[in-house]
Amino acid sequence: MKGYKKYYGQKIFWYFLTLVFAVILNFILPRLMPGNPVSAIASKAVSGMTDSTAIQKVLNDYAAKFGINEPMYKQFFMWLGNALRGDFGVSFSQYPRPVSDIIANAVWWTVCLQLPAIIVGWILGNLLGAIAAYIKGAFDKVILPVFLFIGNVPAFGMATVLLYLFAIRLKLAPSSGGYGYDLIPNMSWTFIKSIIAHYQLPFWSIVLITIGGQAIGMRSMSIYELNADYVKYSRFLGIKDRKIVGYVFRNAMLPQVTGLALSLGTMMGGALVAEMIFSYPGLGMTLLSAVNGQDYPLLSACTLIITIMVLIANLAVELLYGVIDPRVKANQLD
Amino acid sequence: MKNTIKQVFHSGKFLFGFVIFMFILLTCLIYPIFVTADPLQMIGQGNFFKPGTYVSIEESTLEKSYTLQLPKQFSKLEAVLDIDTRAQIQEFLIKNAGVAESEIDVTDAEGLVALWKANYDPNTKYSGLTTAKRKALKRLDNQITAAMKDSGVIVAEKDEEGNLKQSKVIKDTDYVNINDVTTKTFLLGTDNFGRDVLTELVAATKSSLKIGLLAGLIATAIGLMLGLLAGYVGGLVDNIIIFITNLFTVIPAFVILILISYSVGDKARGIAMVGIIIGLTSWPWTTRSVRSQVISLRNRDHVNLSKLSGHSMFRIIFTDILPYIASYVVMAMILQISSGILAEAQLSMIGLGPATTKTATLGLMMQWAMQYSAHLNGSWWAYFPVVILIALISFSLNLMNTGLDQVFNPQLRD
Repeated sequence: MKGYKKYYGQKIFWYFLTLVFAVILNFILPRLMPGNPVSAIASKAVSGMTDSTAIQKVLNDYAAKFGINEPMYKQFFMWLGNALRGDFGVSFSQYPRPVSDIIANAVWWTVCLQLPAIIVGWILGNLLGAIAAYIKGAFDKVILPVFLFIGNVPAFGMATVLLYLFAIRLKLAPSSGGYGYDLIPNMSWTFIKSIIAHYQLPFWSIVLITIGGQAIGMRSMSIYELNADYVKYSRFLGIKDRKIVGYVFRNAMLPQVTGLALSLGTMMGGALVAEMIFSYPGLGMTLLSAVNGQDYPLLSACTLIITIMVLIANLAVELLYGVIDPRVKANQLD
Repeated sequence: MKNTIKQVFHSGKFLFGFVIFMFILLTCLIYPIFVTADPLQMIGQGNFFKPGTYVSIEESTLEKSYTLQLPKQFSKLEAVLDIDTRAQIQEFLIKNAGVAESEIDVTDAEGLVALWKANYDPNTKYSGLTTAKRKALKRLDNQITAAMKDSGVIVAEKDEEGNLKQSKVIKDTDYVNINDVTTKTFLLGTDNFGRDVLTELVAATKSSLKIGLLAGLIATAIGLMLGLLAGYVGGLVDNIIIFITNLFTVIPAFVILILISYSVGDKARGIAMVGIIIGLTSWPWTTRSVRSQVISLRNRDHVNLSKLSGHSMFRIIFTDILPYIASYVVMAMILQISSGILAEAQLSMIGLGPATTKTATLGLMMQWAMQYSAHLNGSWWAYFPVVILIALISFSLNLMNTGLDQVFNPQLRD
């Protein structure tokens, strides 16, 4: 276990460093562009005011709060201090709700939708890919083109297809929202049932997309492994097929785990847009309303929380990788 | 070279992808030759017409019109003057206006109305009538006046000075022969603005391909340059580049894309700008893979030989390294193009796509369809073709990529 400490320590340190950079980017990118967002906020706040002393007062107030007149690095630390306390300011589009309140509401919808969906899709995709590689023949011939196509359908496209089929045509599932519009969130049975009903379509559209992408990768990895020398040698030794498949699956899976870590960000981006199709009350809708409402504080908080979520998920995958990859273990024991 | 290309086209997957992609590309180029109309012209009034054939309202107004001799019940005046009303008029004319009975012909509607107009004055208080009767007569007069009006549509055009000028009046009684008027067929219906979806789709595909190509070129150029530098030079340069690359692979490109697109502002965000932004955020993939390829090439004998011969770094990179990774770079670029098109679509759906009303892109079409709830009111023709096209483009590009991969990477051949 002692060896792992170093490995985990390095990983955590590296992710912390990335987080710092992500936070800096989140602060600096919008401020590099013409039209400082803070000045935009201030000018929006005073639009419609006619009393010049009042305008002056509001502008001074904003200048003091965000430190517009201070040098950039001071502004950054003020902003960082506020963000650490969970203070992202007040939303414009949903005035006077604080941004942190909106985000706190939305983030759990997204986490509870995307985390299980991506995990289920990943597992199913890898299983199907491995099976296709092992069985070959007709199964492979049918499944490969199908998944190749599905994997290329954008997540929001799959969302519209499922929505049209199951909500509009067959009326099997509700078309939008996270729960019935006539319900108030509580712990009653009807409410939970409504949540589950609304969960299905967004969940399966993300699962299907993930399956498509993963199955292709797993199939080619498995074919590659099945032709490897160690498999031929094991067969030659007369080791049971079942046992060999176990080894092959494990070896083929390792690159898939790394692949998951690398593509998590892209997957989440796609899934967020799919959420919007269903008007699911998660971060996707929040992002959309922030852009439509020219709500800068909400937008920057959204991007920050998405980055943090992706970083945490990535870190989790990498830590897991350390446990399942024997090479890491061997390295640590040296 | 010739042999390689021959080999590439022998790969079934590549060929299939290539055919689909070429079909899409050629459609984008050939379709506008035959359909010269502006793809964003609003032809149908009202939104989301189903796919089908419609009589063009606009062109029927330009057609020569006939005045039809329709049966009496279609004439407004006849509709007002039923038997009771005629008797009422006759009674009034005889009693209050003193017209001789012989002069009145109840069957002739035009004559009767002429007499009524000549004799009835709504401001005179006729004696010998109840108030109710007086009011009834007044209402009757209003009805007749309304029925006699040519309530039609006036067509006006702007002349050179920009003033509106009446060019035609279409009366209620004007009719056109439907066979003379051009009908318009919307194979894919119309969208929320009443634009022809098919024409718009072709134009949108063209501009989306442009965005994808631009993004792919930029991403590949940056990725190739950084990858070559990191892989070949190594040392501190490698460490710095790989550190930055790792940062940007972990920080989701989607987030950076949103931040930059929002900050650039609506005014600056055109087609080219969106392509550039996407290109600037998607290079890390290429950098990583080019770097690892170059590292494996760096210590090959022919490279070492070149080094010993004293060739410059640029010469070694261009003659000894680039040819070996060229196929790889092309494949990476194909994937970049496909992900660039997808990125544009997703960006547009959040509302951060090209802020232009001059051109359509696949993402913008999708965005408008969603904003007008096409997905909830069952107007599938407004968004399914877009989804299918995005999927087809990326499917064909990926097939081409897989095909190339199998040709250049014999281990993957099944």
